[in-house]
Amino acid sequence: MDRTVIGKQYPAPETYEVGREHIRQFADAIGDDSPLYRDPAAARAAGHRDVVAPPTFLHALGFRFREPNPLTDPAVGVDYSRIVHGEQGFDAHRPVYAGDVLTMVTTITDIRDAGKNELLVTETSIADQDGEPVATLTATLVSRGTAASKEDQ
Amino acid sequence: MSSVPTLDEVEVGLDLPELIVTLTRLDLVKYAGASGDFNVIHWSQRLATAVGLPGVIAHGMLTMAVAARVVTQWVGDPGCLEHYSVRFSAPVPVPDDDRGIAITLRARVEQKQADGRVVVAVTAALPDGTAVLSGARAVVRLS
Repeated sequence: MDRTVIGKQYPAPETYEVGREHIRQFADAIGDDSPLYRDPAAARAAGHRDVVAPPTFLHALGFRFREPNPLTDPAVGVDYSRIVHGEQGFDAHRPVYAGDVLTMVTTITDIRDAGKNELLVTETSIADQDGEPVATLTATLVSRGTAASKEDQ
Repeated sequence: MSSVPTLDEVEVGLDLPELIVTLTRLDLVKYAGASGDFNVIHWSQRLATAVGLPGVIAHGMLTMAVAARVVTQWVGDPGCLEHYSVRFSAPVPVPDDDRGIAITLRARVEQKQADGRVVVAVTAALPDGTAVLSGARAVVRLS
């Protein structure tokens, strides 16, 4: 991968509106039957303003906005068939609710060798319609076998 | 399940209730649809083996999501979760049968901080004992 892209930012071209039915569908898919993901009244009784999204829900926004994205950016030069997910982190500044209208910016924070592999590290900042931070996602993607050989370094 | 544990009820070393989650091919299809992750290695045996995998594997993010349940179902309110991070240490192979593969999820309270934050270490293991997550930590805020 081209290291000169470290620091490059990829703002999502549109906002993402979190829907109750998408939260329900995601909760069904992860087998979690909590009423806080489905029933607005139950969510309000627990002190929330609407149904809450599960902890890893925001990762799906990356698939909603494939362009522009580090993985599809020719300047980065990722071979997607060699990519495996190494690490993932979420830091929530507040819960995500149905009705949130979110913006997203992904930044390439590092590209480095790890043995024969390369690591692509990204940070994604998600904010709401008022510009207030909602969550920060960090991802380390492993590009298998693409590190430069020793004599090239 | 709606009663959130109070900070006083939590001690370092507390084991959270274990959870065993079985994943089948149908679960991978459902997660693909819900997440938008349609990578072929999660649904096509032919294409998964073509890239050197033993077969179809679960989305890492599905494993991460079901592992979070061991924490959120204990705490009752997923809105209490402030931090969650994992390393993916081994793939989860999902057979094309009706039984699927069982993942055993365990969690233990590792730290209790004065500000109400509780750090929980989470593990996820296959039936043969293989750890599929490593260094998994969740931080919940209790009062």
